[in-house]
Amino acid sequence: MPKRTDIDKILILGSGPIIISQACEFDYSGTQACKALKEEGYKVVLLNSNPATIMTDPEFADATYIEPITPDVLEKVIVKEKPQVCLPTLGGQTALNVAFEAAKRGVFKKNNVELIGARDEVIARAEDRELFKEVMHKAGIDLPRSRTVYSLKEARGVLDYVGLPCVIRPAFTLGGTGGGVAYNIEEFEEIIKRGLDLSLIREVLIEESLIGWKEFELEVMRDKNDNVVIVCSIENFDPMGVHTGDSITVAPAQTLTDIEYQKMRMSAIRAIRAIGVETGGSNIQFATNPEDGRMVIIEMNPRVSRSSALASKATGFPIAKIAAKLAVGYTLDEIPNDITKETPASFEPTIDYCVVKIPRWTFEKFPQADKTLTTSMKSVGEVMAIGRTFKEALQKGIRALEIGKSGLNSLIDEKGINANRKEFKEKVLEHLAAPNDKRIFYIADGFRIGMDTKQINAITNIDPWFLENIRQIIQFENLLKEAKKLDRGLLRKAKEMGFSDGYLASLLNIGQDKIRDIRRKEKIEVTYKLVDTCAAEFEAYTPYYYSTYESECEARPSDKKKVMILGGGPNRIGQGIEFDYCCVHAAFALKEEAIEVIMVNCNPETVSTDYDTSDKLYFEPITAEDVLNIVKKEKPFGIILQFGGQTPLNLALELEKESVNILGTKAANIDIAEDRDKFKKLLERCSLKQPESGIARNFKEAQDIVKRLGFPVMVRPSYVLGGRAMEIVYDNQTLERFIKEALMYSMNQTILIDKFLEEAIEVDVDLIGDGETFVIGGILEHIEEAGIHSGDSAMCLPPFSLSADVIDKVRSASYSLARNLNVAGLMNIQFAVKDSSVYVLEVNPRASRTIPFISKAIGVPLAKLAAKVMAGKSLKELGFTKEVVPPYRSIKESVFPFNRFLGVDIMLGPEMKSTGEVMGIDVDFGKAYLKSQIAASQLLPRKGNVFISVRDRDKESIVIVAKQLHEMGFKILSTAGTGKVLEKNSIPLTVLPKLSEGRPNILDYIKNRDVKLIINTPSGRIPRQDEIVIRSTATLYRIPSITTVAGAVASIKAIEALIKGDIGVESIQRHHRDIKR
Amino acid sequence: MKAILLLEDGFYLEGTSFGAESETAGEVVFNTSMYGYQEILTDPSYKGQIVCMTYPLIGNYGVNNIDVESGKVCVEGFVVKEKSHIVSSWRAKGSLEDYLRDNNIVAIEGVDTRALTRRLRQYGSMKGIISAIDLNLENLKKKLNVMPSIIGQDLVSRVASQSIYDWREGLGLRRVSEVRAASYTIVVIDCGVKLSILRNLKENFKRVIVVPYDTPLKEILKLKPDGVLFSNGPGDPEAVTPAIATAKELIRSLKKRELKAAVMGICLGHQILGLALGGQAQKLKFGHHGGNHPVKDLATGKIDITSQNHNFIIPPESIPDKSVVQTHINLYDHTSEGQKHTEIPLFSVQFHPEAGPGPFDARYIFGEFARSIEGA
Repeated sequence: MPKRTDIDKILILGSGPIIISQACEFDYSGTQACKALKEEGYKVVLLNSNPATIMTDPEFADATYIEPITPDVLEKVIVKEKPQVCLPTLGGQTALNVAFEAAKRGVFKKNNVELIGARDEVIARAEDRELFKEVMHKAGIDLPRSRTVYSLKEARGVLDYVGLPCVIRPAFTLGGTGGGVAYNIEEFEEIIKRGLDLSLIREVLIEESLIGWKEFELEVMRDKNDNVVIVCSIENFDPMGVHTGDSITVAPAQTLTDIEYQKMRMSAIRAIRAIGVETGGSNIQFATNPEDGRMVIIEMNPRVSRSSALASKATGFPIAKIAAKLAVGYTLDEIPNDITKETPASFEPTIDYCVVKIPRWTFEKFPQADKTLTTSMKSVGEVMAIGRTFKEALQKGIRALEIGKSGLNSLIDEKGINANRKEFKEKVLEHLAAPNDKRIFYIADGFRIGMDTKQINAITNIDPWFLENIRQIIQFENLLKEAKKLDRGLLRKAKEMGFSDGYLASLLNIGQDKIRDIRRKEKIEVTYKLVDTCAAEFEAYTPYYYSTYESECEARPSDKKKVMILGGGPNRIGQGIEFDYCCVHAAFALKEEAIEVIMVNCNPETVSTDYDTSDKLYFEPITAEDVLNIVKKEKPFGIILQFGGQTPLNLALELEKESVNILGTKAANIDIAEDRDKFKKLLERCSLKQPESGIARNFKEAQDIVKRLGFPVMVRPSYVLGGRAMEIVYDNQTLERFIKEALMYSMNQTILIDKFLEEAIEVDVDLIGDGETFVIGGILEHIEEAGIHSGDSAMCLPPFSLSADVIDKVRSASYSLARNLNVAGLMNIQFAVKDSSVYVLEVNPRASRTIPFISKAIGVPLAKLAAKVMAGKSLKELGFTKEVVPPYRSIKESVFPFNRFLGVDIMLGPEMKSTGEVMGIDVDFGKAYLKSQIAASQLLPRKGNVFISVRDRDKESIVIVAKQLHEMGFKILSTAGTGKVLEKNSIPLTVLPKLSEGRPNILDYIKNRDVKLIINTPSGRIPRQDEIVIRSTATLYRIPSITTVAGAVASIKAIEALIKGDIGVESIQRHHRDIKR
Repeated sequence: MKAILLLEDGFYLEGTSFGAESETAGEVVFNTSMYGYQEILTDPSYKGQIVCMTYPLIGNYGVNNIDVESGKVCVEGFVVKEKSHIVSSWRAKGSLEDYLRDNNIVAIEGVDTRALTRRLRQYGSMKGIISAIDLNLENLKKKLNVMPSIIGQDLVSRVASQSIYDWREGLGLRRVSEVRAASYTIVVIDCGVKLSILRNLKENFKRVIVVPYDTPLKEILKLKPDGVLFSNGPGDPEAVTPAIATAKELIRSLKKRELKAAVMGICLGHQILGLALGGQAQKLKFGHHGGNHPVKDLATGKIDITSQNHNFIIPPESIPDKSVVQTHINLYDHTSEGQKHTEIPLFSVQFHPEAGPGPFDARYIFGEFARSIEGA
């Protein structure tokens, strides 16, 4: 039966900003869905607050609403657009939740909109624990035994049913603390009592212990004729207890016999039927007891997920695209398999390689955070690697992570192992026992110090099969170290096992080029194999490759003009979806120019690694070795590095050494911008000011510089992204610590020390040039003052407070820099404005994080134009020669992961901490800012108590904020110091005691939800413990907190707008029509 | 120890020997199942064949006494990318390597199994030889040249049972839902029957009797069967002349209403029935061997993901009898996957509803056999 003809307009819900647990994968799924449904001739309406997505590009939908994803906004969009159906299963948990909430409020019924993919009762069955249990029991599927209790007596009553050991989890506690594993009755009673006390709602979940059980996932698809297929099986390397997003995972499952796999498969099929997902994909998780094979279902997501993106990339089966088509009435057999063309999608992919996914954590950004991995996800990104063996894929994955490891590097050097064997062993044991971000390296070290598979399995519960493979890697490593000479046979074997040149070089203590030379001389050449869904049973037409060392190479380089684009690798704070967005645009643009596009990337979440995005996809780590191998095979005309963030740029020198043609701004000019000495000279040439500065190579030099500049100073290493190890320093003591840290992160051991301009306004400019014409894409005024990382600041385009004179200064400085650097492609400049003087802070001759936001704001695809420029087109030919200044305000707001790291201070600084961004658009600044706050889940109040406590420096400037709040009817709570200043300005308020000095204090107000907004600026570089407790408790209770005066001022405008009336919604297509060109 | 795999067209791969350090020859086929290597090794339908697993990591969960499809290892040789150095499963009783050695099976690892698969896909299944004792390509070529083709070879007699016996074991561990066994007696004509067929039959029927493939109909009828099943088995269906003769006789009696019983065929059994109905066998280029083939039931439109293992098919148009209709097709290549007779209670499927290895989607076919008997 063909697609539905009773509908013509479909509303798709996106997933909003990138947060931990919801990243690029939903741009990938959403983009696929938009494309697929438009192809089918439907009108597509999209709601997504995240401007840094491909799906929110105006051409992917007929009407794109970059608006907050809330039930209210959803209803407004429905009323305005009148879609017949709404598809909520492709936008992650956000979309599912908002659809469920809207359904509860009757929004869909009232407006005659049908939910497709999953109806609200289906969502309820999958999401409600109790309902889920009931449905699974009925379907004959085993679950872990568990009960929720509210008293010790009740707890005693369920002990027999659940059994010991059991896991006790109190609901709603700070940081999920207070739970534990009980092995005996004494412990059981103790933990229950403690848990009930700690739980804010006196609720404790008692669950059968699945510690040490193996975890599996199946990706399931169902069509309306009840045909069900399993797209992929995934086995978690880390056993139960670690969130699957934080687990290393492997596809397909490795350690199940066919009978066990088929029973799991049948359970998955029964589960999707019982829950009632009518069409589309679901992710179902199982646990099995390694002792006796007992299998239980853990959970089910009735939607596409991170794992389904992984499964799509791992198998070549595009789950989201097919889910979208199934949702409009197609059946699996009616949809062709894109890769084989002749066979249908109603099959189960079979693969002939091993896929390993490894999470990427950024604990270095949150030094106070607990690095133990638990059931709450903490990683911000991931890499996927494909190899013919697990050993190969694992080693490829590790070097793809970009954490300074070229393989399973030891965490201590060899001398250390021998000298402090005992001490080191203790450290290894400790890190094996509690899952953490470096456990894989400790496992390798465990083998190095003589532990065996059995011992490590006993401590970690990681399946012996995985451990044995790691042991083999270490065993071979020893063989290599002992070998006097790296002969052909050994090197060949090493490459087959996935050892990188870099790792081999470090093992053998020779240069990496030397290994490359031997490889070339001995003709040990990489081969490329296809990802084809069918293990070569049918011919594949999609050139989606991975490298391995085998006998046959399937790559078929064409003789067309080719350009290679390097992606950004794993998402991390500072380098995320914005760069993938730019890479994808480059691919689209070059395809339009009839150039063959070769994409190289290793991030499975992204649109760039969709085989549909470019002409050829190489799913490979972004390292010099892997990239050069592809260059050698494909011989592209040029390579684009400036779109993937810092990752590809870091390879520039090495690629240039091998005579690779780097497109865009010349490497020499990139170097001018990156090298602080050369940069200084450039500014002098352009007669531009920069904060006084100096370059230090050690602490002594740094001290001398600071003597000259005076505190405060900004310390930063060169060649880094995301403000890694960047700090504002106010005294000598902290200076020493930060210099040390910065030296660790600097690529060439130099540190820039700037005079820090206090209370300056920061401005970002993005610009495009072709060497002749230069056009500003956008001038963005930061909301927060200089000193807060530009990735964390809210920004407004066009500027909202700068004078025309200052804007002109910024503009002419930008053009002067662009001309001097002869920019071909994109460039980003950061300025600080203080007392009408304009200072240049930084110039980055590459795509910046703000490119997608600006492109959405001005309606011009800057990255696309830049790619065309790099391929030889002029801006004149492309018709973009004049800066666009929209007649409305676009606000970019950042979104932070603090709720995942409770206890970590939410204070902002020069080191970037945000994971994602949202956009708010309106003619009125207040409304635009309000939208951005709602979209970022910062729920500003209309009335109630506001707590204000600021540092001395801010006390005068906060008065105006307090006054306005008072006038709008808010009641002010304050501390003694801030209160005194406000009272002097005749603002009525209640003074609260310090936390240790009396009750009720602010924590009581927070816990009673009797305070609606907190304005609390940090007292200094190292804030007082009280402040941290206040801010993190507020985060737990989801009470909006503002940590800067500038942020407070902007929020006042938003609150005004909120009180005045409702926000409207408008599509960006409609906004763009208002732009005068 | 080094080993070589040579195909008759001269293509060869060098690897490492495991299992028996010896030499073996057979028709080389690839299997795309990611799980179930032990079931594949013990499947009698693989008699005469060297099996190459497309999934590269084999042996991970070892071997046990339960996941077998016959009493012995039936493949002629085994080709994998990497055999596991460790056995990890609560069910394991031993390693794959020891198992192959104990069963005297020659195997090779460390070869580009994908290159081999692509070769077979492109040029079709062909004869091949694996040797760990003679690495001279010329010698191996000579040996291949004198080896007979699989076409027309009688392989069934080498794997089928020699005597009549009762089968008493049901699905056991493989059970995912309860069915009530119908109080019928089924006679299985054993052409190399997979134990999973017998287990499924026992689950669905009260009595299951296995008879040698060349048992005359008269002997079979003495067992008073309510249903007769022609089993799977190795090789060319045309070579199984005694079973074809039995099928013809059976069909004749059914048509004449001399007999009240239903007939079912699986895989080779399906082909035997096709031949008995006047059809012709055709050899596929590289066969179907795997656990992911979509098969559509033409009556209901439902799609099952099926287990497959065959090199020959009976094209439906080759059957002159118009009362034979096609019931299932393979959605990969649109070959016939099932047929039924509209006048007598006879149906058969080309795929393996018993799984072992592979999905359980099509197990209901055994229930249909019961209904077919009821209607007979």
